[in-house]
Amino acid sequence: MKKYLPLIVLILLAVMPLAGLAGLLSSYILHMIILVIMWSVVGMAWNLLAGYCGQVSFGHAAFFGVGAYTAGILHSHLNLSPWWGIPASIVVVGLFSLLLGLIVLRLRGPFFALATLAMGEVMRISSENLDWLTGGNLGITLQRTWVDKTNYYYIILAIAVAAFLVVKYLMRSKIGYYFVAIREDQDAAESLGINTTLYKTIALCISGALTGVAGAFYTNYMGYIEPSVVFALHDISIVAIMTVMVGGVATFFGPFVGAIIMVLLAEVVRSIPYLGAAHLTFFGILLILIIIFLPNGIVGDFQKIKRIFGAGGAGK
Amino acid sequence: MSLLEIRNVSKRFGGLAASSDISFTIQKGEILGLIGPNGAGKTTLFNIVDGFYPPTKGQVLFKGQVISGLKPHQICKLGLARTFQVVKPLQRMSVLDNVIASAFLRAKNKAEAVEIAMETLRFTGLDEDQDVISRGLPLGKRKKLEIARALATGPELLLLDESFAGLNHSELNESIEIIKNIKARGITIMIIEHHMKVIMSISDRIVVINYGQKIAEGTPQEIRNNPLVVEAYLGE
Ligand SMILES: Nc1ncnc2c1ncn2[C@@H]1O[C@H](COP(=O)(O)OP(=O)(O)OP(=O)(O)O)[C@@H](O)[C@H]1O
Ligand SMILES: [Mg+2]
Repeated sequence: MKKYLPLIVLILLAVMPLAGLAGLLSSYILHMIILVIMWSVVGMAWNLLAGYCGQVSFGHAAFFGVGAYTAGILHSHLNLSPWWGIPASIVVVGLFSLLLGLIVLRLRGPFFALATLAMGEVMRISSENLDWLTGGNLGITLQRTWVDKTNYYYIILAIAVAAFLVVKYLMRSKIGYYFVAIREDQDAAESLGINTTLYKTIALCISGALTGVAGAFYTNYMGYIEPSVVFALHDISIVAIMTVMVGGVATFFGPFVGAIIMVLLAEVVRSIPYLGAAHLTFFGILLILIIIFLPNGIVGDFQKIKRIFGAGGAGK
Repeated sequence: MSLLEIRNVSKRFGGLAASSDISFTIQKGEILGLIGPNGAGKTTLFNIVDGFYPPTKGQVLFKGQVISGLKPHQICKLGLARTFQVVKPLQRMSVLDNVIASAFLRAKNKAEAVEIAMETLRFTGLDEDQDVISRGLPLGKRKKLEIARALATGPELLLLDESFAGLNHSELNESIEIIKNIKARGITIMIIEHHMKVIMSISDRIVVINYGQKIAEGTPQEIRNNPLVVEAYLGE
């Protein structure tokens, strides 16, 4: 049963829009589901770099934003379909990550995290000021390809499935062993013949490129991007971290579970009137609770959750 | 040609001379014991040989090639592996996965890495613990895991840093047996050890350092009778 669970979920996801055709599924719910899947992709990307390879990034908005702008600029400057942004962002964000890696991967632990944080902000401010390229604060607006959401849904689902398979394949192979070895002890890894700089760079590039693809999808799906949205520290970089922490660091399904919770939470919080920027408080509280009670996230601590509820159910 | 040649190596940490002008060689097939009081600079010498620290002066040659300046992973690839005095298990990986991670260095694919790892675990007597998460291992087994992991990289020269410290009597005997078997496989060993009886019995030759300087070199018999060594070390 457990073995077939992913397959069953996938089949359900594949036929789900049919429920929409039958009128059982509102466009709003489909929108939520699309966001959940998109965040799963960002979560899987962050998880690869931070969860498996141990390089905690506070700046994944940099990759998301560069991916989003790759799609946007291809459209605004070269008049190409923004869908080209998806393959293009793999190359562009991959190269961007490589460059970034040369600078920040010399740093370890908290220094690396701070450098990525700075990088995200640098990218946001740069994109606000490079008017000729990005349109500055006005952002880039484009005509969405479809009004109906079904096609967007299938596209992001395909991206997510591909990302999942890539992560799963990598983690079973030599690269995966090397990533985890680096996370556990960089000096030990080096002494075992692992080129830690090279493999950290590989993790960063794959993670960056995947996040960039999600960004390029975002541009196509929303039809509008601006620096403060796609390079956002709170709403992208921090949410990427929280998605994985809530769902379960270094687990295959953690990013999905985390994405569901984060998207729902953001929606609920948004519906509370007069809250404004205070919605970040809720994220903060959730993160504290998770760190205290479920340090391995919902997937990682699933046995613990089952025990707690099991005990409650027995009427103790 | 010597397998390893340490040529006038010095290492300073600020004002502290952790190694001063040390030279000696290791021949293929031998076990070389490296002894000296606490803080003498033994671990520092290992760190220089395997590329963690660049020497302030001097050079290290492995199989005739200068290796000072190379990174630890490059030196490991050339066939020189080491264990850490303060053990560094890959904590949240199982014992088997720890060794698979290092076996990948010479393996063509995962199946081969697993095979090398299993064989190494049997060789070091860790096969029954293969599924234990290494964070939960008792010290004696962590020390063995260090050896297993280094061995799985397929070294010609193995540097062992106090692999016997903190072992109980039966673990000690097992480990001595393992070291002898490693030698029998044709792997050369340089070993740091405080346990005098052990080092005297397994070493072919011994180098003694004190305050970062080499004060003696010779067979166990010669070392035992060297007045400088007795004064600096054995006399205590
Ligand atoms: N990275 C470092 N920075 C500064 N000083 C260091 C460093 N590593 C070692 N030292 C110093 O160098 C000297 C030699 O240390 P080393 O660890 O090589 O001694 P050792 O012979 O291995 O001792 P022990 O038998 O206690 O393991 C010590 O005084 C130590 O404090
Ligand atoms: Mg030492």
